[in-house]
Amino acid sequence: MNRKVFTAIAALALSTGTSAQELKIGFLAPMTGIFAQIGKDMENGFQMYLDEQKGNFAGAKVTFIVEDEEGKPPVGVRKAEKLARQDNVQMLVGGLLASTGYAIAPVSTRLKTVYVLSIAAADDLTQRDLKEYPYIVRTSWSSSQPHHPLGKWACENGYKRVVTVGADYAFGHEVAGGFQKAFEDCGGRVIQKIWPPLGTKDFGPYIPTIKRDADAVFTVMVGPMALQFPKQMQEAGIKTPLIGGGTSYDEFVLPSMGDEVLGHVSALQYSAALDTPKNREFVRKYREKYGKVPSYYSESNYTTAQMIHEVMKQTKGRWPGPEKFIAAMTQLKLEAVRGPVRFDDMRNPIQNIYIKKVEKKRMFGYEKDELWNTVIQTYPDVSQFWTYGKDAFLKQPVYSRDFPPCKYCN
Amino acid sequence: MNRIAILLGVLGIVALLAPFAGPFVILLLAHILVLGIVAMSVDLLLGYTGLPSLGQAAYLGVGAYLTAILATKFGVGLGWDFWLVIALGMAAGAATAAFFGLFAIRASGVYFLMITLALGMCVWGLAYRWNSLTGGDNGINMRGRPSFAGMRLADDLTFFYLVLAFFIASFFALHLLVSSPFGKSLVGIRERELRMRILGYNTWLHKYIAFVIAGAFGGLAGVLWAHLNGIVSPSDVLLPASVDVLLMVVLGGPGTLAGGLIGAGVVVFLRDYLATVVPWWQYVLGTVYVLTILYMPSGIMGLFKGGKA
Amino acid sequence: MDAKFWLIQIFNGVSYGALLFLLASGLTLIFGVMRIVNLSHGAYFLLGGYVALTVIKASGSWLLAIPIAALAVAAIGLVMERIFLRPLGFDPLRQVLLTVGFAFLFQQAALDIWGGDNLIIQPPPTLSHSVVVGGLHLPIYRIFMIALAAAIGLALWFAMERTRIGAMVRATVDDAEMARGVGIDTSRVSMFIFALGAFLAALGGVIGGAFLGVYPGLDFEVLPVAFAVVIIGGMGSLAGAAVGSMLVGLADNFGKALFPEVAYFSLYAPMVLILAMKPTGLLGRE
Repeated sequence: MNRKVFTAIAALALSTGTSAQELKIGFLAPMTGIFAQIGKDMENGFQMYLDEQKGNFAGAKVTFIVEDEEGKPPVGVRKAEKLARQDNVQMLVGGLLASTGYAIAPVSTRLKTVYVLSIAAADDLTQRDLKEYPYIVRTSWSSSQPHHPLGKWACENGYKRVVTVGADYAFGHEVAGGFQKAFEDCGGRVIQKIWPPLGTKDFGPYIPTIKRDADAVFTVMVGPMALQFPKQMQEAGIKTPLIGGGTSYDEFVLPSMGDEVLGHVSALQYSAALDTPKNREFVRKYREKYGKVPSYYSESNYTTAQMIHEVMKQTKGRWPGPEKFIAAMTQLKLEAVRGPVRFDDMRNPIQNIYIKKVEKKRMFGYEKDELWNTVIQTYPDVSQFWTYGKDAFLKQPVYSRDFPPCKYCN
Repeated sequence: MNRIAILLGVLGIVALLAPFAGPFVILLLAHILVLGIVAMSVDLLLGYTGLPSLGQAAYLGVGAYLTAILATKFGVGLGWDFWLVIALGMAAGAATAAFFGLFAIRASGVYFLMITLALGMCVWGLAYRWNSLTGGDNGINMRGRPSFAGMRLADDLTFFYLVLAFFIASFFALHLLVSSPFGKSLVGIRERELRMRILGYNTWLHKYIAFVIAGAFGGLAGVLWAHLNGIVSPSDVLLPASVDVLLMVVLGGPGTLAGGLIGAGVVVFLRDYLATVVPWWQYVLGTVYVLTILYMPSGIMGLFKGGKA
Repeated sequence: MDAKFWLIQIFNGVSYGALLFLLASGLTLIFGVMRIVNLSHGAYFLLGGYVALTVIKASGSWLLAIPIAALAVAAIGLVMERIFLRPLGFDPLRQVLLTVGFAFLFQQAALDIWGGDNLIIQPPPTLSHSVVVGGLHLPIYRIFMIALAAAIGLALWFAMERTRIGAMVRATVDDAEMARGVGIDTSRVSMFIFALGAFLAALGGVIGGAFLGVYPGLDFEVLPVAFAVVIIGGMGSLAGAAVGSMLVGLADNFGKALFPEVAYFSLYAPMVLILAMKPTGLLGRE
């Protein structure tokens, strides 16, 4: 029997079985290896929303299948294929690393399956590369998105000469690049750029090379790096203020930090210390259920689930097909835990960016003094293009080690 | 000889049943076959020559990156020139091994293990840092598989058959090699290098040639790997990748060539299939390794032979 | 780049080297005596950190955590050697692969028991400041690491050179058959050395836990570094481990500070070159 005929008959049989009242979601996150905990946080965020809705999105019964992508692109591809072709999910959600996002996006194009990027931040996925991926939509952020406003904030708050110390990989380049562009456009100067390899924990070689006449040091630290850098700066007796990219002080690493990070400023589309009733409820519920304060990894996936639900509400629980789903999602205007969110025409969120400062205090009725990222300023309606306008922004190259160039680096 | 017949028989059955298997299964099978090629190249070194290499993923990486760069930056390799890329991939793998071998072949045993590890990590460092060429940690996205002679490799089943053909061809090539006098002298070197040298063999040259050949097959697998996954990134050449391949050979049975395929099958099954069913698959993987090493020194193939090659 | 710059870099390099020594000394001893390349050494390092965290959580004492963690992991090493490595006899390749299999198991177990968060071992407040010497800020913890590594190095040297057990170990390293011939129980020596190696690795993990952190994946990150040190210094040689760790610590540090472009190669390229010239390492002998 011809394979095509066989599958056609099977599809016919199944299509009447898979009633429009079932929604299968394939979730990809690293469950083993170095990012295992982040993957767990991602899954927990999504699952918590699902549990609140009792597994039912506007009449559609949700089947939530979680696969381990191990933080490795080939594994991401295989698991995505498995979810799409064996489990017949209607959409893929997740992907942590940029490389995973880039690995799964073509699969979504090839298999015409929706892929909701709930974390992977690589700028170009919703910029210069978007046309190759008609079935993706991003619900989290682009790497440079929060750092444009942070660059402006730094310049407006008196910082004139900044040294950047960023993890040497694409994400680090894009975060630092976004900061530098906005900072220098406002009149600031980046006088030195240092790129320690991703995973560096001993900053001994780098700290003594930091120029002493800097007003501030802008860091892009991820995971264990984030824990070490502020400590080692303090130990070296350097009092220069530290400003961080979103991952330098986010709630994934904050609980393990100490007093050395008090007063440090960073920017992201979420802070667990966001003092709104919605966030208070979210933080309290999450902490009670999973034993830790939620990080943006959890919030992003929780909100993603919420967005999917909102679209399903519009279609009364019927799966509208990939094109209509994406169109509907990108038309959403939502009050999420992180604040108001809507989408630009490149399928990336437009949202508040919060400038936050680490403080030790009590929040949300908890008894102990703990470290929280207090929001000190909000930039509303921030898109991935900041104030540059989409066309102008896309004309310039993607942020990299060498772009923007270090004009003041002598 | 009848072992080969069994192998071919099994592969033949798989080939016949493939059209009825789900697309995911076909993908897994193709994956097993590509890794099987790498495993066989490692077996050539480990099982036959006695050289435990912890850096073979480097040659896979070289072949894969070459394929990706040619396809995306130069548009080469998407038609009939696919076969050119295959040849180039093998050449690149061989050339890299030829260069590395100059450093590595001087050593043996655990030092060989370490130096190949270090060389593998150097390739990783290059892949990671040379952003403009390799895309850094984002990797390089292939833009679709080649088509020629009316065959569209984008169709997974067609690609699977192609990979199967490559595997069988590689198997035969390597089988001929190890059955030849050259191959026998490799075994001699594994057993008693000193004696071989006394007998007048240039053992360094023999080992070097085996190393280069292994690199060539690694490069071949790399080309297929790039098309299989659609993306090439530095994680493909990380240390755990090389360790995995070594373990596949040990699991399947060193010195049997086909053992590499069996080992690949077990590991891929555990990693990609079992992982989707239970969360504790890594315990199973670790236990399987441990038990095999303790109780099945000749690997799974050893169960069918009851003795060492 | 004034004198202060060079001094602080040297200090940093030496302190990093001190940590490397803790990591590498056990590895080189295990190889010297048993000719085993212990690829679960990184896992021992990590487990040391995790056990210490548990002890600190339960008792609040960092000081107590050090010996308990080291001894606990030493016990694991003992069991592993007795039950799993011993039956393999002298088959270096299979022993290597066995240790890898265990590394996988340990990694998964650690993830299940302690979770995957990036943790850090907070040293007691007394060790957490810096002392200012001649205008240089020297973190006390780094000084502590150097002192500890030196103390352990001396203790090991003394044990090897001046005690009976040390003599037995040295005899086994030199020529195991002869050692058995004169009545030394080499299998007991092996067991002891393996446990000691695990002990030292775990100790390194506790001390390093303040510095490198404690998180899944750290085991496979430190492993190649440990091997680089041991290979450069010479496998089986304690003095080599000391020399190697200092060399690697300083070279890595200066390499990154002065030539950041080659940060990824500053470890592996020297390793390849040294091995190419002298396959047994600087101070090793085969």
